[in-house]
Amino acid sequence: MSQVPDQHGRFGPFGGKYVPETLMNALIELEEAYQKYKDDPDFLEEVRYLLKQYSGRPTPLYYAERLSQHLGGAKIYLKREDLNHTGAHKINNTIGQAVLAKRMGKKKVIAETGAGQHGVATATVAALMGLECKVFMGEEDTKRQQLNVFRMKLLGSEVIPVMSGTRTLKDACNETLRYWVSHVDDTYYILGSVTGPHPYPMMVRDFQRIIGLESREQILEAEGRLPDLVVAAVGGGSNAIGIFHPFIEDTGVRLLGVEAAGRGVDTEEHAATMTKGRPGVFQGSMSYVLQDEGGQVLPAHSISAGLDYPGIGPEHAYLKDTNRAEYVPITDKEALDALNILSRMEGIIPALESAHAIAQVLKVAPTMSKDEIIVVSLSGRGDKDVESIMSYLAVEEGQQS
Amino acid sequence: MSTITTPNAIDTVFAGLKARGETALMPFMTMGDPDLETSVALVQAAEAAGAHMIELGIPYSDPLADGPVIQRASERALKNRISLTDCMAVASKARERGVKMPFILFSYFNPALQLGLERFFELLKEHGFSGIIIPDLPLEEDSEMRALAEVNGIHLIPLVAPTSEARVERIASQAKGFVYCVSSLGVTGVRSTFHEGIDSFLSTVRRAASVPICVGFGISSREHAERFAGQCDGVIVGSAIVRQVEDVIPQLTSGNEDERKQGLQVVQDFIAGLKPRKQV
Repeated sequence: MSQVPDQHGRFGPFGGKYVPETLMNALIELEEAYQKYKDDPDFLEEVRYLLKQYSGRPTPLYYAERLSQHLGGAKIYLKREDLNHTGAHKINNTIGQAVLAKRMGKKKVIAETGAGQHGVATATVAALMGLECKVFMGEEDTKRQQLNVFRMKLLGSEVIPVMSGTRTLKDACNETLRYWVSHVDDTYYILGSVTGPHPYPMMVRDFQRIIGLESREQILEAEGRLPDLVVAAVGGGSNAIGIFHPFIEDTGVRLLGVEAAGRGVDTEEHAATMTKGRPGVFQGSMSYVLQDEGGQVLPAHSISAGLDYPGIGPEHAYLKDTNRAEYVPITDKEALDALNILSRMEGIIPALESAHAIAQVLKVAPTMSKDEIIVVSLSGRGDKDVESIMSYLAVEEGQQS
Repeated sequence: MSTITTPNAIDTVFAGLKARGETALMPFMTMGDPDLETSVALVQAAEAAGAHMIELGIPYSDPLADGPVIQRASERALKNRISLTDCMAVASKARERGVKMPFILFSYFNPALQLGLERFFELLKEHGFSGIIIPDLPLEEDSEMRALAEVNGIHLIPLVAPTSEARVERIASQAKGFVYCVSSLGVTGVRSTFHEGIDSFLSTVRRAASVPICVGFGISSREHAERFAGQCDGVIVGSAIVRQVEDVIPQLTSGNEDERKQGLQVVQDFIAGLKPRKQV
């Protein structure tokens, strides 16, 4: 296994801890606690037990036979993270962090959320463990994802609409960090992706690695060999790093991250951080960032609220610059088409985030031979998106008539 | 590599204040709010009000150490699409108009990083800055910035917080210029109470520091300034001033010279009213 990050939280030049001094000791305390528990048998057993009995792991690795035959190329396997409790991979991380928060004696947790999936996953484990929970969500996203707002409230969490800046995920993250600065003495921050200051990118990756560990074992069992290609959607990048990481040393396995191109990478409305961004410091770490010439962070756009983010986890920046993984953009329209195809062909409605990964599979599978294998992370289910898909399609139809 | 031997203006001002038994008053203003020309006039007004040095804040899209007042100021400033370099030029323009006090640049790290740190320091010198404060660049990440600051004779002023605990010693003992003590847990902004351990925190910093110590975050009145005057060498007032500026934006941007002067006078009077009275 590659030895990143180093003790300073660096993945090559990326990562680090760029936060106000007020938070430094909290991050150091978190890192120490994580180092202490990450190999502790009791801690690992509690996490393992909850992943299995509460979330339903292992999730299946499903051979999408009809889709594979339709495309006429590689065999396509779907890693069914959508079948987790709460409907996405996010709970792998929130279970891990909530168990850690409890071990650290914290009674209050906070989280940011974009689409609401991480917020719901945090509210869920907070309910399970009796923790007081506040979730910060951009006001714009609270409108796009009303059902998830209601879910969080049902679960007993408080949802705080964020009115600053772009009123989406980026500013929800800022506001969560600001709240944490003010309440750092008794509050644990359950960060939802492999972004932010060290140790989050490392810790969240470790909690999400279960996706790749299971996939590796399952594909070996099903096919007797490793896949040729692993595909995952990338916003902050937690499901992607989770499925990529156990394959990093397997140099014969291509790793492909799919980012949101929104209305196109040549428009101003996209979230294609790798394609159009450049290295910078944003929300606590050095990584690729969508920014203007002067270093001001640009607003991102994607039909998927979970990919609508101008940054990306530092380990992805490292995998890109060391040429271990590739990153490609997929537009809103391509993602919607893929969502339709998967729904009709396999009876699985994917989350809009995951539909980006499927869209890339639709492009590459036909170019591959029938004995090649693709594993794609189906990171979440589409139930939460049905309303936004309906309104998007209604607008499209309106424009066509 | 030659080191600069001329004394830094920040050190000179603190030495003078110490000799007179006074506490430094250090306003903060967001550059470009409401526009760069007005920022130059506001810097002049601050000196006329009796400020001893001033922090020129660079507007940033994601100011995560700042509360709503400075967030709004940054948003207003960025609507004019101004750059870090444009903001730095406010200092040299104010100097041309006779402003004498030292300038300290307050910026998040990314704008400086994108400019290139070498170029950043060239411009700091060109525009006459004596110090910089980078709120999202903790000790662990500041080695390159610190080395360049040293070579260029510019003070990299560190922040310490009530949560810094064991870090206080490390940060304060190698500080240049002064140590910026954060009064409370939280972001910048007006508040009525300070961290409960503030007094022992300040004395810890005082013991560890070989340079002056200043208190900021939440200082909004003369009463606050005087509360801390005996325990520190200076007070920093940011959001309270930025909010005054916000209140008079209609006057400042009316295009009518009399109204503009009135607006500037309101801010000047407010800053003058913050000045702690000399302790007797």
